[in-house]
Amino acid sequence: MTPGARQIVFENVSKFYGEVLGVNKVSFSLEPGITSLVGPNGSGKTTLMNLLTGLIRPSQGAIHVLGLTPQQPIEFFRQVGYCTQFDSFPPGTNGYDFIYWPLRLHGFGREQAAKLTNEALERAGMAQVARRKVAGYSKGMRQRIRLAQAIAHHPSVLVLDEPLNGLDPMARSESIALFEAIAKQGMHVIISSHILEEVDRISDRVVLMSSGYVVAEGQIREVRREVQDHPMQILVRCSNAARLAAAAFELDHVVEAKILNDGHGVLVRTRDAEQFYLLLNKIVSGGLVEVDAVAPADDDVNSIYQYLIGSDGGPA
Amino acid sequence: MSARSLAAKAKSWSREQPWRLFGSQVSILVRNEVRRNLFTRRRIWIYLLAWIPVLIILAHTIFDTGPRGPAQLEEDTQVLAGIIQLYYFRLGIFFACMAIFTWLFRGEMVERTLHYQFLVPVRREVLVVGKFLAGVIVAIALFETAVFACFCFMYSRFGSAGKSYVFDGPGLGQLTSYLLVTALACLGYGAVFLALSLLFKNPIIPGVVIMGWETIAPIFPAWAQRLSVTFYLKHLCPVTLPLDGPLAIFTIVAEPVSPFLAVFGLLCLTVSILALSCFLIHRLEITYTVE
Repeated sequence: MTPGARQIVFENVSKFYGEVLGVNKVSFSLEPGITSLVGPNGSGKTTLMNLLTGLIRPSQGAIHVLGLTPQQPIEFFRQVGYCTQFDSFPPGTNGYDFIYWPLRLHGFGREQAAKLTNEALERAGMAQVARRKVAGYSKGMRQRIRLAQAIAHHPSVLVLDEPLNGLDPMARSESIALFEAIAKQGMHVIISSHILEEVDRISDRVVLMSSGYVVAEGQIREVRREVQDHPMQILVRCSNAARLAAAAFELDHVVEAKILNDGHGVLVRTRDAEQFYLLLNKIVSGGLVEVDAVAPADDDVNSIYQYLIGSDGGPA
Repeated sequence: MSARSLAAKAKSWSREQPWRLFGSQVSILVRNEVRRNLFTRRRIWIYLLAWIPVLIILAHTIFDTGPRGPAQLEEDTQVLAGIIQLYYFRLGIFFACMAIFTWLFRGEMVERTLHYQFLVPVRREVLVVGKFLAGVIVAIALFETAVFACFCFMYSRFGSAGKSYVFDGPGLGQLTSYLLVTALACLGYGAVFLALSLLFKNPIIPGVVIMGWETIAPIFPAWAQRLSVTFYLKHLCPVTLPLDGPLAIFTIVAEPVSPFLAVFGLLCLTVSILALSCFLIHRLEITYTVE
């Protein structure tokens, strides 16, 4: 198996809609696992997903998914499932047919297609309402039936555009569990979502986008480390907070050490987390402070999003 | 590259293709599209387009109490030829095919459902062929039954004379020709409108241009006439219409062509336009927001 055969590779991909920029000079490669595309509206997330699945063609550059391209549709779409954001369905269709007939187009026989359809409906929690017309479904049900269609043929790459939109908390948590289970089987799950807390919980890596550009890409903690402009925040729960704060202030790279309101901890902002951890080890081994817990406070997607993209949606 | 190596390459390419899968995909696409196109309330006006002449002829059969001799039979044969050649081939089938075939892809763009067709392991050429065949089945089913009904009602009022005209005279041959020409018209216009829908976002205006071309093509040189559908249909019509004045343009035959060549020529034209559609479908992108 060639190195690219398990990867999704974007090579200098640009997409222009006439004179309007969709995405510009995007290059990255993704390993199996859950990857989240994060960015404000209009940042190019859906364009990137549509390029990946061949719904639109790049103006320049090349895309390879497990060594395949959408120009080989028979092999490509057996590997790829895409749950789009388009909330539209073939007129008159019911939930079962919506999944069954595409499976027949995959080449599955009647029995196998029926089996896979029922399995997908079960996984998406839609088995009870499968024979009802999709037009009568709620938004959450429509979202889930699209998800069921995307996973029905057991793809190796699952692309999900805002898959948690319209779902109630229960369905949302079930969907997330499903994505995690799929990713654990060594598959690619690519999700775009604006619910950053959930993205943060499930993602192995993120691709941060703004105005058609990839601002940052990689594992969340790696990306956070690369954001040098914003000191890292480390929360230390300990017995002698004042002592720790004083010691921290002696270090050049610590820009702030704030004692928590309850007096049982310090929030440290530092430009060199490694050095701070060394100091902390020294203090703890010296018996000056008893540490209960240490945790980075801002190496989540939400913080990275705020730092790199900003709340106004423009580039940082 | 020699012809032999080219043939060998084509043979090996053909052997590598999953023809059985293509066949089953086409049959599934046809089934789904026929249900979508034939059994829908939106298509009522196409049913009317096909069946209005039938209703008129039926009314004529029921309410016309005038003489029913050989002269009237001859006259009604001319009327039937006029209805089929001037109404069905020039207007009815033309506009029905425009509606059916331009909707195959453009309609799915409007309904924002085309992406489902592009996200399954189906080659886009197979998609074009499947949708085209579905459109052809719908159009042929509608217009063949309408033409057949027109023919039956027209001669039923003549009783035994009508029966004799159909079974012992030229009637059955004429019916066969009309049904053949109807099927060919559906194929030809269908291919044209399918290609137009892939070329233009709004295929209505190009459709009107095509209609103009089909009308005035007879005044152009013979080679140019071959690029119109009616050129081939005209040669297959069993009854010549005695039209005078400007209407005579519909009956001009600049260069006689044998029925075999007319059928073959129209099939070649259809296949060529379909091949163009297969090329155009690869350029089609899912950009619903600009539709």
